[in-house]
Amino acid sequence: MSDATSNSLHVKSNDSALAHVAYVLKSNPITMLAFSMFAVLIVAAVFGPSLVPYDPLTSNAANALQPPSLAHWFGTDNLGRDVFSRVVVATRLDLAISVAAVALSFAIGSVLGSIAGYWGGWIDAVLNRLFDTIMAFPLFVLAMGIVAALGNTVENIVYATAVINIPFYARLVRAEVNIRRESGFALAAKLSGNSDIRVLALHIFPNALPPMMVQVSLNLGWAILNAAGLSFIGLGVRPPTAEWGIMVAEGANFIVSGEWWLAFFPGFALMFAVFTFNLMGDGLRDIVDPRQRT
Amino acid sequence: MGKQMSLLSLRDLKVDFETRKGTVNAVRGVSLEVGKGEIVGIVGESGSGKSVTSYALMRLLDKGGTISGGDLAYGGIDLKSAKESTMRDLRGREISMIFQNPRAALNPIRKVGHQIEDVLRRHAKATRANARAEAIKALKAVRINDAENRYEAYPFELSGGMCQRIVIAIALACDPKLLIADEPTTGLDITTQKAVMDLIADLIVERGMSAMVITHDLGLAAQYCSRIVVMKDGEVVEAGSARKLFSSPEHPYTQKLVDATPRAGVSVRELLLPELRTPMPLTQIVETPLLEVRDLYKTYKGKSGPVHAVNGLSFAIKKGQSVGLVGESGCGKSTTSSMLVRLLDSTKGEILFKGEDLAAIPAKQFARDPRRASIQMVFQDATDSFNPRHTARQIIGEPLARLSPLNRSARKARIDELADLVGLPVALLDRFPHQLSGGQKARVGIARAIALEPEFLVLDEPTAALDVSIQAIVLNLLVDLRAKLGISYLFVSHDLNVVRLLCDEVIVMKAGEIVESGPAEQIMSSPDHPYTRTLLEAAPHPPVLSSQAAKAAE
Repeated sequence: MSDATSNSLHVKSNDSALAHVAYVLKSNPITMLAFSMFAVLIVAAVFGPSLVPYDPLTSNAANALQPPSLAHWFGTDNLGRDVFSRVVVATRLDLAISVAAVALSFAIGSVLGSIAGYWGGWIDAVLNRLFDTIMAFPLFVLAMGIVAALGNTVENIVYATAVINIPFYARLVRAEVNIRRESGFALAAKLSGNSDIRVLALHIFPNALPPMMVQVSLNLGWAILNAAGLSFIGLGVRPPTAEWGIMVAEGANFIVSGEWWLAFFPGFALMFAVFTFNLMGDGLRDIVDPRQRT
Repeated sequence: MGKQMSLLSLRDLKVDFETRKGTVNAVRGVSLEVGKGEIVGIVGESGSGKSVTSYALMRLLDKGGTISGGDLAYGGIDLKSAKESTMRDLRGREISMIFQNPRAALNPIRKVGHQIEDVLRRHAKATRANARAEAIKALKAVRINDAENRYEAYPFELSGGMCQRIVIAIALACDPKLLIADEPTTGLDITTQKAVMDLIADLIVERGMSAMVITHDLGLAAQYCSRIVVMKDGEVVEAGSARKLFSSPEHPYTQKLVDATPRAGVSVRELLLPELRTPMPLTQIVETPLLEVRDLYKTYKGKSGPVHAVNGLSFAIKKGQSVGLVGESGCGKSTTSSMLVRLLDSTKGEILFKGEDLAAIPAKQFARDPRRASIQMVFQDATDSFNPRHTARQIIGEPLARLSPLNRSARKARIDELADLVGLPVALLDRFPHQLSGGQKARVGIARAIALEPEFLVLDEPTAALDVSIQAIVLNLLVDLRAKLGISYLFVSHDLNVVRLLCDEVIVMKAGEIVESGPAEQIMSSPDHPYTRTLLEAAPHPPVLSSQAAKAAE
């Protein structure tokens, strides 16, 4: 009996959360567009390899450098590989790198920022100077240095991208936590028997989520660019793996001779992804903010 | 009225707002006149459209708001169709406004003197050469001491009452003919309120201006306004002289407001509508003290030496007793309540709860103390005390989840029971705080505080932000809960009239020390300390009520 009621309650709250997402999407056409574009990216990342017409790695010298046609929508590259297949298959790797990097910096930044914002004092001072130090470097150069030092692997691109993004999250969380540290609901939570850590983690931190979501989505686009940039200059992902950054780098050599499609389509995919994430920010914020519900 | 030439006249004013849920008729046909030299009070509760009316006549409506009908005339100018440039000339020079929150109305990064100069220069009342002198003159006009130095001050360096004086100085700098004061004293201490209202009243007489005072406090309006207009749901329900409204209100809503205004000589039940007046419950007070404070100190490290927020406080609260702690902001009453509920460590002294010293346990560790559940608090600002991401059910359930052995389904039943106890419809439990009204939020806050059946409850001005009719209901609810559950209250407030309704004993605090304490009735009727007398005199004194007069005659 009690199970049934709690179940029905759960379904109900689930329903209203879905309804809220639907409302946010409906009320803002740009959010709707951004989420549709995001859906395209997700489909490409999840099902890409089984959907594409050609193996992205199989070369066919006889068919090299063909312009876009019905058989090869985005043309073929200098080794005769289908550019369309390679662009679609690369989505998974590029999204994985950026999502992993952003998730890592989100998690570490949130913890460090919360600590600095809640307890203040010398911990705050030390952490802040640490973030200042990271931000004092040109961030891309710092990422290059990290990958070059740690070795040329996908994991290291993720770590490098995460490290350079941590200060942004930490500072945002620190500010959001700091203004709520003495708020009434934090005091009320203590009166309800919550220890400092519970108050921080369960009451104060979730309130920092709306602005964090905007940061996350902008950052996803940025992380993709960063990963592609690293690959472009030869760090990180290595050929023949399909990855937008390398494809642009390799294709760039052929632009002078008129084979524009080699660099254009992966570049367009990159732009599409960054654009999607930038548009998604406001929508994500509205979804995680209960105050948007009426 | 007919003989007087009216300065401002509104006829059948209608204001609509376009919102997500369609058109809202905020003001629906308000007609009123303000004569020369007259002070008109507009009284109503939140949502009555009183502020919107004033914004409409200044043509300062928010986006989405339109004047959809009626006439607005000021001294022969049609405000409804006047050009925006004409309005800009009128605002400040002819019609001025004092806003509710003086801190929000002042620019935080500019010196107050410069902000006065802005208005003077805008309306060509001063030149670059004499602006400073004129601004200082304006500061002196609102009786700010040491005006030359205050000219250089930033808003954050000034107290709330001082900021409001600056706002008044800005409003009056260009000698307007009509002053609109929108809740000019909300959020100010009762003595500051009196000082500010006296100042406004004096200046109006001195300069022969007219004024429109918008307030939710009928008592305040009655004291300072010659005529009062009562508004409800965007309509004028009654208008007349202050004395007439208090002695023979015609409209039931006016009667309700008059009844709900806390004043001397009535019981808490008499604030309610007659049909809701149940007999007062009996409270049992046990002679043994539940909480005893001995020589409590709290000292902060300040930039210029230590600050003694609480300076040697000693008092006792008996089981089932309700004690009022009264004082102005900065007197240390909030610091005291924070220490008593163990959110703040004391510097020195004992807090004996049932004979055991709580001050010995650091506030940090008290969350895990078994006595945590026995000592709870209702916060002053209900909105601020709720996690905006939690529903009312989660908010009330939080202490139960942490400190009671109840399982999920038992908790749910208990939350429903609590909602019922505080009179909150169960359907509202799944709403977020921003979806609840002020009165509903107050109930949620009380439900959370009593969820664990505490023995001692600190009430930190729980009704300060509420409309009088809601305040009346909440105060009665608190009286009933105390009788039903046998809780001891410490009621912290700056308003002696409210404290008297709820408390058996009153402690008056000033600058961290107790200046006077004793039975509530005795302190109200024959205060010993001059400070207590000041507090009592500062409270608005509405005209004697007909019902009381009748009672006295019997």
